[in-house]
Amino acid sequence: MSGIKNKTKEAITAYLFLAPNLIGFMIFTSIPVIASLALSFMKWDLFSPPQLVGFENFNALFRDSYFWQYCWNTVYLMMAIPFSIAGSLILALALNQKLKGMVFFRTVYFLPTICSGVAIYMLWRLVYNPDFGVFNMLIAKFGDLIGVPLKGPFWLTDEAWAKPALIIMSVWQTVGGYNMILYLAALQGVPRDFYEAAEIDGANSWQKFWAITWPQISPTTFFIATMSVIGGFQAGFDPAYIMTGGGPNGSTTTLIYYIFNNAFKWHQMGYAAAISWVLFLVIFAVTLAKWKLFSKTVHY
Amino acid sequence: MNSKSKESARHQLTSSKRKPLALSDIGIYAVLILGAITMVAPFLWMITTSLKNPGDVFSYKKIWWHDWVPVSFVWRNYVEAWNVVPFARFYLNSIFVVALTTFGQVATSAMAAYAFARLQFPGRNQIFFSYLATMMIPGAVTMIPVFILLRQLGWIDTYKAMILPGIFTAYGTFMLRQFFLTLPKDLEDAAMIDGCSYFGIFWKILLPLSKPALATLTIFTFMGSWMNFMWPLIVMNSEEKYPLPVGLAYFQSLHHTDWTLLMAGSVMMILPILVLFIFGQRYFVEGIKLTGIKG
Repeated sequence: MSGIKNKTKEAITAYLFLAPNLIGFMIFTSIPVIASLALSFMKWDLFSPPQLVGFENFNALFRDSYFWQYCWNTVYLMMAIPFSIAGSLILALALNQKLKGMVFFRTVYFLPTICSGVAIYMLWRLVYNPDFGVFNMLIAKFGDLIGVPLKGPFWLTDEAWAKPALIIMSVWQTVGGYNMILYLAALQGVPRDFYEAAEIDGANSWQKFWAITWPQISPTTFFIATMSVIGGFQAGFDPAYIMTGGGPNGSTTTLIYYIFNNAFKWHQMGYAAAISWVLFLVIFAVTLAKWKLFSKTVHY
Repeated sequence: MNSKSKESARHQLTSSKRKPLALSDIGIYAVLILGAITMVAPFLWMITTSLKNPGDVFSYKKIWWHDWVPVSFVWRNYVEAWNVVPFARFYLNSIFVVALTTFGQVATSAMAAYAFARLQFPGRNQIFFSYLATMMIPGAVTMIPVFILLRQLGWIDTYKAMILPGIFTAYGTFMLRQFFLTLPKDLEDAAMIDGCSYFGIFWKILLPLSKPALATLTIFTFMGSWMNFMWPLIVMNSEEKYPLPVGLAYFQSLHHTDWTLLMAGSVMMILPILVLFIFGQRYFVEGIKLTGIKG
């Protein structure tokens, strides 16, 4: 009898503990997910009543050349990922040598991650200034040095250079951040005996890296790579909004930016919801692939 | 403990064998210093620009290192940036929103995580699964219906609209639940026998033991909320309610090329988070490791 009473008491307590979060979670996450799916089959400009239109939004989406351009932009900007991962690994390897001053370096590398946001994007607008920005000044200096007048590109206002500019900035921003710390932790977890055994066999540093370190840290690489891709599909709004406004000619508009414009600039709520579901499906596919591949490619 | 002392003994052995500074060490330092310069240089540029006379930013006659090391100290830029838009107001808005979001998230997540990790109740697994399932849904999906909901409630352009949707994340609950599960239960069982209530156990035993995880969640939520740009941009209309990032973007739209002022504003936005990082660095590093293991 008292056992049942205790069980009921425990359940009631549990619901009380859960309630604040669960209610908020339902209002701001679960119900909106369902509402968003419903919305993607509707046409609604917020002012006239919503209309059910079936798959029309999705059909329109696949014929929308802007949509495909922005998909391409989003994927193109993910070119930052391999550079960033390689850089993170190099820095982590250097930090892992346990020389003096490593905490200092680690702190300094983390600065761009800590300070990311609007302030940094404004700073990089200045960095990319065609006449007085860092890059073009260095290019001009280099030109003086070799005696050829060189002039750098109009980074953010040139269709061909705006995406590379954002990629360079993104590598700078992420290279010393979370991924480097994860790599550092992974490197510290590699058993030292492995290296000692390899040294006895006469392996050099290069061989030790490819035979021991790289396979040992492959779960971390895999984790970082998939998380970066998942993040990459949803990225690009803040920097583009501040630095380029999505231009020139839509060359830095990503999917999330297009969703923002559709929903909050043009009030095409249904269409925006449809894009967001396509985005979700892509991320879902990446996540599934991650689970499937994880056991096959990662060495333990 | 044992493996740790073995490790350090081994480390001593290798370091005593090593010469004071080997050639390879110099190479490593070269990489590290090059990296450090790349990371710091833009910030130096930012600080230096914020202290220049407006006319000196774009001048063909300038000396190259004057972009990196301040030679003039025009503090007036800061005063002007502070006054040209309601900067103090932006600060207060940000602090208010960030404080409530962070407190709300840590408190509700910890409570829910306790229920998931320690208590038995009907529907526990189903509810937890629904939390997990939403974790991979991009924010873009929920953003639109939440906006519509807030609009129906007449909450657009209110602080509620900025704060409430940021509080209830599946991620915070998930992370704390995972952490609670790693804690030994013995202490709680003993307290239970002594007649301690569930809330007493949560408050007096579980929370004090979870300080590292709580600190990590606090820092991550604080940072995310402090930087959050898109959501307040969507739901806020009046200038006097803008948080810092939106305020700064608004400032940029008004003074597109007043670089000394824009950089002064940027420095002011970065400063608080920098201070927080320097003091809370340990929790950052530990927190990142904590989140990485569970992937």
